[in-house]
Amino acid sequence: MKRFLIPSLYAYEVLLALLVLLASALPAFAHVQQGQAQGFLTGLSHPISGLDHVLAMIAVGLWGAQLGPPAVWLLPVTFPMMMAFGGFFGLLGIPLPGVEVGIALSAVLLGLMVAREAKPPLIVAGAIVAFFAVFHGHAHGTELPPGQSAMLYSIGFVIATGCLHGIGVAIGVVHKWPAGRVALRCSGAVVALAGVGFLWSAFA
Amino acid sequence: MKVRVSIASKSCGVALGVVAGVFLPLSVEAHLVTTGLGPLYDGISHVLLSADDLLPILAMSMLAGLNGPAAGRRTLFGLTGAWLLGGLAGYLFEQALLPGTMTCVSFLVLGGLTAADRRLSPAVVLGIAVAVGLLHGWLNGTGIAEAQREPLGLAGIGSAIFVLVAIVSAFVMSMHVGWMRIAVRVAGSWVAAIGLLMLGWSLR
Repeated sequence: MKRFLIPSLYAYEVLLALLVLLASALPAFAHVQQGQAQGFLTGLSHPISGLDHVLAMIAVGLWGAQLGPPAVWLLPVTFPMMMAFGGFFGLLGIPLPGVEVGIALSAVLLGLMVAREAKPPLIVAGAIVAFFAVFHGHAHGTELPPGQSAMLYSIGFVIATGCLHGIGVAIGVVHKWPAGRVALRCSGAVVALAGVGFLWSAFA
Repeated sequence: MKVRVSIASKSCGVALGVVAGVFLPLSVEAHLVTTGLGPLYDGISHVLLSADDLLPILAMSMLAGLNGPAAGRRTLFGLTGAWLLGGLAGYLFEQALLPGTMTCVSFLVLGGLTAADRRLSPAVVLGIAVAVGLLHGWLNGTGIAEAQREPLGLAGIGSAIFVLVAIVSAFVMSMHVGWMRIAVRVAGSWVAAIGLLMLGWSLR
């Protein structure tokens, strides 16, 4: 038993060390090309800088946690991929009408789903998330400041979005307890109300 | 009990080493081109610092790991060998046969297959590894020739790829807990999303 335990622990340590060392290469600014690390940090901070994006991402995680497996991981997988589709359309110059309204509606609808603890069929939940992800990608995925690395901006952007889903899923763990369920539904209501505010701003 | 204490002390040692390693790049400002450590180390650092090569290697390793030991073994030698072969050919021909946009396609294919987690035969995985290796290796070789660097850098690239594939694919293969495989699939979806955004940037 010990023979199996020790190598597996070592494997974790080696992977952890490798990941941290790889990540540590970014703040060293050690490549002759300009704007590399800055592009990553811009991408990483961009989704966090907008409350509309943050609330919708976390709501996806919360809803996934309420729905349970496989939605708990399927929704966070669907969102970044469809968000990238939205970004792809934006980069090609294909217009998407009502982007800001779509983002605001995503907060309203996802918040309502969490507040009502709605449990539609998996395909419907996936379709709702996928539909609104396109708006988020179109609005945010293309905002690269000049002179920065598009590759690292994209990496940072996708990682930050995924981490926001992860935060939502982690918070959603409280769904196991009765009081936690109530708290989750209340947080969904807060997201929906904030979405109404975004919607008001979009039309104003 | 002794085993636990021993593991704990070794973990502390590894953690200290990692922390020390994190701070090293900051103080030395060490791009290998400027420090003159030579083409072999330039090659190793290129793999670890260039996201456009690092991500496909990680994604390929994850895909191989998800498909079992036979696929992992073939990928280990297939990807490294094809990368070296492609690099040598690119160095000799001094021009890319395919546009750089094709690297985005490798992101999409590898990320998509990893996210889907469909069981592939070892021969198919090997074929994908060889295609990815030839594509990226050729571009690396062309880059080395254009920069008038020594082809020894390819040996550094090859050795870094070999070590990365061995560690990551073995780690993924050792995952028997369900959520860990899901984490790998989520990471695959992120790679695909990054690839799609990159494709948009390159077509813009």
